[in-house]
Amino acid sequence: MDYSQFLMMPQEIGLLLVFLLVFLYDTFMPQRSQRMLPLFTTILFAIYTVLAFIPMGFGEAFGAMFESTPATWVMKNVLNVGVFIVLLQAVKWTNDDFVSVRRGEFYELILLTLFGMFLMISSRHFLLFVIGLETASLPIAALAAFEKRYYESREAAAKYVFTAIFSSAIFMLGISFVYGLAGTLYFNDIAMAVTTANPLLIVAVAFVIAGVGYKLSLVPFHQWTADVYQGAPTAVTSYLSVISKGAAAFAFLVILVQAFGSIYSQVWEWMLYAIIVLTITIGNLFAMRQRNLKRFLAYSSISQAGYIMLGVIAYSTVGMASMMYYVLVYIFSNLAAFGVIAVIERATGKVTMDDYNGLFRTNPWLAFTMMLAMFSLGGIPPFAGFFSKFFIFMGAANQGTVAIYVLVFIALVNTIISLYYYLLVVKAMFIRQDDCAVPYIDSHWTEELGLTICVMGIIAVGLASGIYAFLNQTTASMASFFPAIG
Amino acid sequence: MEIFSNILIYFVIVPLVTLLGLAVCNNRGMAAIRTVATVGATVLVALAAYLVYIFLHERGMGNQAEMILQTSVMWYAPFNIKLALGVDGVSVVMILLSAFIVFAGVFASWKMNPLPKQFFMWFFLLSTGVFGFFISIDLFTMFMFYEVALIPMYLLIGVWGSGNKNYSAMKLTLMLMGGSAFLMLGIIGIYFHSTPEGIPHTMNILDIVRYDAIPHNWQMWLFPLTFVGFGVLGAMFPFHTWSPDGHASAPTAVSMLHAGVLMKLGGYGCFRVAIYLMPFAAAQLGWIFLTLTGISIVYGAFSACVQTDLKYINAYSSVSHCGMVLFAILMFNQTAMTGAVLQMLSHGLMTALFFALIGMIYGRTHTRDIREMGGMMHIMPYLGVGYVLAGLASLGLPGLSGFVAEMTIFIGSYENADVFRRTLTIIGASSIVITAVYILRVVAKLLFGAVQNEHHRELTDASWDERLSTATLILAVAAIGCFPNFFVNIISDSFVPVVNALKAFFPVVM
Repeated sequence: MDYSQFLMMPQEIGLLLVFLLVFLYDTFMPQRSQRMLPLFTTILFAIYTVLAFIPMGFGEAFGAMFESTPATWVMKNVLNVGVFIVLLQAVKWTNDDFVSVRRGEFYELILLTLFGMFLMISSRHFLLFVIGLETASLPIAALAAFEKRYYESREAAAKYVFTAIFSSAIFMLGISFVYGLAGTLYFNDIAMAVTTANPLLIVAVAFVIAGVGYKLSLVPFHQWTADVYQGAPTAVTSYLSVISKGAAAFAFLVILVQAFGSIYSQVWEWMLYAIIVLTITIGNLFAMRQRNLKRFLAYSSISQAGYIMLGVIAYSTVGMASMMYYVLVYIFSNLAAFGVIAVIERATGKVTMDDYNGLFRTNPWLAFTMMLAMFSLGGIPPFAGFFSKFFIFMGAANQGTVAIYVLVFIALVNTIISLYYYLLVVKAMFIRQDDCAVPYIDSHWTEELGLTICVMGIIAVGLASGIYAFLNQTTASMASFFPAIG
Repeated sequence: MEIFSNILIYFVIVPLVTLLGLAVCNNRGMAAIRTVATVGATVLVALAAYLVYIFLHERGMGNQAEMILQTSVMWYAPFNIKLALGVDGVSVVMILLSAFIVFAGVFASWKMNPLPKQFFMWFFLLSTGVFGFFISIDLFTMFMFYEVALIPMYLLIGVWGSGNKNYSAMKLTLMLMGGSAFLMLGIIGIYFHSTPEGIPHTMNILDIVRYDAIPHNWQMWLFPLTFVGFGVLGAMFPFHTWSPDGHASAPTAVSMLHAGVLMKLGGYGCFRVAIYLMPFAAAQLGWIFLTLTGISIVYGAFSACVQTDLKYINAYSSVSHCGMVLFAILMFNQTAMTGAVLQMLSHGLMTALFFALIGMIYGRTHTRDIREMGGMMHIMPYLGVGYVLAGLASLGLPGLSGFVAEMTIFIGSYENADVFRRTLTIIGASSIVITAVYILRVVAKLLFGAVQNEHHRELTDASWDERLSTATLILAVAAIGCFPNFFVNIISDSFVPVVNALKAFFPVVM
């Protein structure tokens, strides 16, 4: 075996190194040092995140099953940044009495699922993809059950694990159909072998979409989302809603474009079209009625996933860049929102929207952060969400058909609906006055740092045009990534 | 940085610096907040005056460029989005108007309570958006500033408003943002058809006009999208319903800024984006929107006649007057379009004056229902005289701004030879009579009627900050009325390119 091919996966190796160090620390360090484990992991991960920005080792490995390209490198870095914020925000929570006995597992499972997601993004073969998908799915059930003293947390884990297994089964059935049709599981070969639609292929693609779609909580594969988001600990929910979703979105792009690119307009464009319309609309309509903020953000993130998919249906490098950018902005915005929720939940145990009445009077900075997050999610300038929405619409419209313009219009109308419920949160915090508002919360410095990074991201990522330009430049070299439409 | 040598960028920087200055103030230190806000507003007025000077100077030197003070810096290279600045006569007077109203608005909210610091911060964020919109000639930045100007309204009305404020704030925000959804789609559509094959797409308005490449069949649906998008903000029938509720619930300074400046963004955008970039569709579809704006004019005026809340009366009157702006723009000739800008100026100042006075009266009587008030002329003569002056300007008395604007509009409109436009002109002109009815009704009841509430006899007249705020506006209204030529000279040349673009598709009267 040629060991030099491991050099093609520097980010995965680095991540495994972090994992091993954390594991060793957890296993061998004395009990009194264990309190420092969260900080140790976070700092280690921060160093790794920075180092991973150094571009190196692009190419294929393991018989072209694994491929590292500039685009996958950027995608993984985007996820790293998000995971770093999630870890930072979880430091205080994992030192809580109840959780602290198992805090090692929390970090190890997070790092392992991230490893699985990296495999999903970089795979060029369905076998490796399935390994990645399973690695990225099953440990999340354990994470969801982390607060096992609560019934909701256990219920969330059960729901997640059933959905994950069922979806995997469907996914693998889809792959087996594909294998039957194409005789190969390599993405590139599939794209060359299957160029015309037939009923079996349509079913196969639909199964593949369903198998990955549940991770993105695309409608109609979204049923688990609200309950799991509500029941899981907030740190896990934020991980699920941004990292898991972002990785699945990237993987979705990789599969649909690389393996099924040649049948884009014949088979899956209209499927995705319908899914996007349903996802955005249904996510929005359900979000309006939620009073629990975690459920509320669950539905909001369903609808956001629909917007992310606009970058896939665009089928172009511009769409790909816009999608990466959208995910980056979404990470900052959603983590800001979940960060505030986590702080308030940890201090007071309150998570419903009515508890946020008058938050501005007692906790102005938390309210301010939450407001920025809501504005950014709703696409209000000058915050990053505006730019990411605009660019993802531009990316989609670049495709040029009237149908796509109609889709963009539907998405735009939904933006207004989403603005309504995002403003409800702002209204609760700023306009509603309540005598028994949440008292002043003395948040931990790690939580404050995490929120500050998010706020800076929300403000800077939009105004600093260099980030989008960089993404665009990276994907511009990926034109060969898109097979010709048959 | 080349962009900082352009005076225009300071119209965005100054409000932002003011905003940051306010951020470091303490909510209890009212003096500091007032100082910062006043300094910021004064600098803006000074800058605007200087800009007018520069503009006249450049034109006097024979600079015939369509837009002066142009600077363009690449922002988002992948989409060819630039931070492109530039002004013509219309934007110059709009900037002047905005600066005036921001100045008057600061003094009108001198005793703002509670959370004065946050109030002024949102107020200046709103101004940033307004100024940014007028100085941009790039569709993307224009749209961005447009939305920056809209969103602070939600909190300004929601937190500091009165009455049914939650409902009004949400309705206003969602309707205006709904308009901007149309607009965004329109802008995306324009972008992808902005240039001939092989040339990178652009967002720059002047470039789009120069290439003149938007296919006619695309214009036919991009024009309605953009026109309706801006028309919502211009309170065009049937998208005007946010306006009465929003104005009635908003605090004084916000009503002033909103009716005075923000609604002008709508008119300005309709002219600058919808008509200028898509003259073919404008000529083809103009009649639909002309009918709608005609309805706005008459319907707004009639609605104002039956309202009893002072703010509702003024809000419906705004619907009528802003309808006139869009109406005149759609008449497609230089006279009427000049009148439209004069009307924007006139309505901006006069409505701001109205809302300032109503706010002051409401602050004393705690009611805005005209049935519960009377005899205010004796009780507070300064405010009473101000109200009469605003009313006279509104109904078009010569010597005040309304007369100049409406005369120009209707003369320009009647120049069109076709029966449809002439008929609409006659119908539109009838609104002047209706305006007189509701203005005189209010003046008679509120100022000269019998005192309805004995407690009102003890009320005081305007304080110095209120006098300063209203005097600024009254002087400006009179200045337009007495020296219209000064403004007409600045404005009218700006319409030559638009009218030239329309010539190919419409029998323009020169």
